[in-house]
Amino acid sequence: MEQIIFYILVSGILIFSVLTVTSRRILRAAVFLLFMLLCSAGLFFMLDFYFLAAVQLTVYAGGIIVLIIFSIMLTSQVNEKLEAAGVKKSSFSLIAAAAGAVVCIYSILNYSFPAVSNGETDSSMKNIGMQLLSYKDNGYVLPFEVISILLLASMVGAIIIAKRDSAK
Amino acid sequence: MIEGIQLEFFLVLGTLVFFIGIYGFLTRKNLITMLMSAELILNAVNINFVAFNKYLYPENLEGQFFALFIIAIAATEVAVAVSIIISLYRKIKSIDVEKVNELKY
Repeated sequence: MEQIIFYILVSGILIFSVLTVTSRRILRAAVFLLFMLLCSAGLFFMLDFYFLAAVQLTVYAGGIIVLIIFSIMLTSQVNEKLEAAGVKKSSFSLIAAAAGAVVCIYSILNYSFPAVSNGETDSSMKNIGMQLLSYKDNGYVLPFEVISILLLASMVGAIIIAKRDSAK
Repeated sequence: MIEGIQLEFFLVLGTLVFFIGIYGFLTRKNLITMLMSAELILNAVNINFVAFNKYLYPENLEGQFFALFIIAIAATEVAVAVSIIISLYRKIKSIDVEKVNELKY
């Protein structure tokens, strides 16, 4: 049963990501991206990373997709079709992407990963929060603070960039 | 971890999504769709981090933290990119990458 759900999620991820990059209607591409992110959140749920899956659902599916859809609404006619990429461009891109994928998959399948250890993951929210704010070994307080400064800077930057020029 | 699913399966899945994103990034001309391809790439990396965390080092949480930080960075990236796209659209009435060939300074 678990495996069937897993394969459904994986095929959903693959199908929706292909549709995201090939769909010619931009709003549909955004909705396909949303479904792809939902499927990968389901994958995280299946791996018992509940906090990460919840963050994926709220930040990615809730926040980022809404921002993208807003920018689509503000900048383009929703029912106009995107111009298709030329045959030459798309075939060269396909060759480049396929070559990269083949090289990567070949090296993944030929590398022998160390044996799977069977420790228990303590991915409860309490443990995550303690470790995120700890400054001892395996503590992540420095990147946490850097991320908060980055968020502030990007918020200020976004406001400054999108502000109308009032000087003119 | 899921019964009967190897680590390699996740890595191949991540690779495929990553290169689908690369393909979209190379073929698309619209800035918003290129941004969506970048999101696909970041999400593929997340899948890899989570799979490594779960399968190779299940007693630590490093992969999960990196995935969280990637999600935060993706959010900031999208916020800045959307503001750039909107201000570009106000200036030149288009978000086609081939028409965006001038910077202010």
